[in-house]
Amino acid sequence: MNVLIDKFDVFAGGFWLTLQICLLAAIGALILGAVVAVLRISPVPPLRALGTGYVNVFRNMPLTVVMFFAAFGLPALGSNADFLRIPVIDSLFTRLGTDLPYFRFALIALVLYTAAFVCEALRSGVNAVSAGQAEAARSLGLTFGQNLRYVVLPQSWKASIVPLGSVIIAMIKNSALVGFFGVVGDLSQTADQLTSAEGYAFVPVAIGISIGYLIMTVPLGALLDRIEKRQAVAR
Amino acid sequence: MRIKRVAAVAAVAALALGLTACGGDDGGEGTGAGSKSFAAGSTMEKLNKAQKIKVGTKFDQPGFGLKGLSGKPEGFDVEVAKIIVKELGIPEDKIEWVEAPSKVREDVIVNGTVDLVAATYTINDKRKERIAFAGPYYEAGQNIMVKKDDTTITGPDSFKDGTKKVCSVTGSTPFEEIKKYVKDVATQLVPFDTYDKCRDALKSGQVDAVTTDNVILLGYIAKDEASFKLAGSNFTKEPYGIGVKKEDADFRSFINDTLDKAVADGSWKKAWDDTAGKFGAELGAAPTINRY
Repeated sequence: MNVLIDKFDVFAGGFWLTLQICLLAAIGALILGAVVAVLRISPVPPLRALGTGYVNVFRNMPLTVVMFFAAFGLPALGSNADFLRIPVIDSLFTRLGTDLPYFRFALIALVLYTAAFVCEALRSGVNAVSAGQAEAARSLGLTFGQNLRYVVLPQSWKASIVPLGSVIIAMIKNSALVGFFGVVGDLSQTADQLTSAEGYAFVPVAIGISIGYLIMTVPLGALLDRIEKRQAVAR
Repeated sequence: MRIKRVAAVAAVAALALGLTACGGDDGGEGTGAGSKSFAAGSTMEKLNKAQKIKVGTKFDQPGFGLKGLSGKPEGFDVEVAKIIVKELGIPEDKIEWVEAPSKVREDVIVNGTVDLVAATYTINDKRKERIAFAGPYYEAGQNIMVKKDDTTITGPDSFKDGTKKVCSVTGSTPFEEIKKYVKDVATQLVPFDTYDKCRDALKSGQVDAVTTDNVILLGYIAKDEASFKLAGSNFTKEPYGIGVKKEDADFRSFINDTLDKAVADGSWKKAWDDTAGKFGAELGAAPTINRY
């Protein structure tokens, strides 16, 4: 078990990078997922079809395949995902701004994949609001946007919070894939490095990275439980 | 105890893999244990008595250990292992090939999942803490592959200015080695799990170079001479050895004797010419066996 102490800085570095990926991917997935959810509940059929299509594609594709498309498909199409080099953010998260696109590719894959699940979690919350609420709002003459903003969403987020949390926890675990698609130094790639090149026994290293993931996921789960207790939807 | 149990589970899993990997084996007639005799109680005697052996090798390394459509791995490592097995008096069809990717090579030796490992296994001191090496039976060296028309990269020092990006396989010795030359690991190194992906990244221009042992690169260049070339010459020495249990000095010296014999009678060179030698890599003189 000495590896945990000897290589603590390596584990810490891996943890830090994984945390960065998860944070950025969570923000991206929540935004994109919300947009898709709005499309899916909108009254315009083509937009609804678009949202439904998106969810069907990304929810039913293995993440590995999505990762492959991002890491090898985008370059083949001549893109280095430079649009993610957002001026202020790339100085906070230096990996975003480098000439090396693999961090950005991994992020795109995680966001696209997770957004489908975010959308479904949000929609389940909206469905938990009784139809009478939206109908009443419509009969008052509120537009679709106002209806969402003032009536439906304020009630629906409480029902969404737990499924959303589960989606984010799943995403954190899914981020273990990025180490195999060209991102150097996240938790899973670190483990690979320590066991293969440096010859440490696998089990202690695996325990080390497991702790890293648990530090991220367990508190999140506990937080969700508390929020659920406080904000439980009265039935 | 927990760790032991995990190891046992891992061993069973690896065994299951090995068994499925060897499906369709119609056991041939053994040559009989009587054709060779070994010191009582030695590993050689045990293996010879059992008339079967488990060998760990790579399944994805062209020229050294590549499991193709035939369902059996083929390559230089595989041929060298066959020479050793033959010397043990065990027929070739009694070898159970177990996949030993870089990550688990020490573990499968320590746990006894396999009897020996021949898998482009670079001899180094760190690894010697857990296992022992017979050999070397080949000396590779790390090199750099670039696009055919690239003149800016001439060797590992080309990465020092911090602009050029290089790809290698995560957890490999070359990956560790190139770390010493790059200015910033985070922005210059791209790790993948296979060299095929590195090659694709080089071809599409995401990275400027791929680095690993010369023989592996030569394999890619042989398949696609119009796109790739080597930049400069080998800058490290990577002696490939056979991994065995650390405490088993008898078995190790037996393998060393076998390798010496194979070099002398030409079977070593023939093994090379039939496999990795087809890529146009020079075999050179046989490396001196390191008996420690």
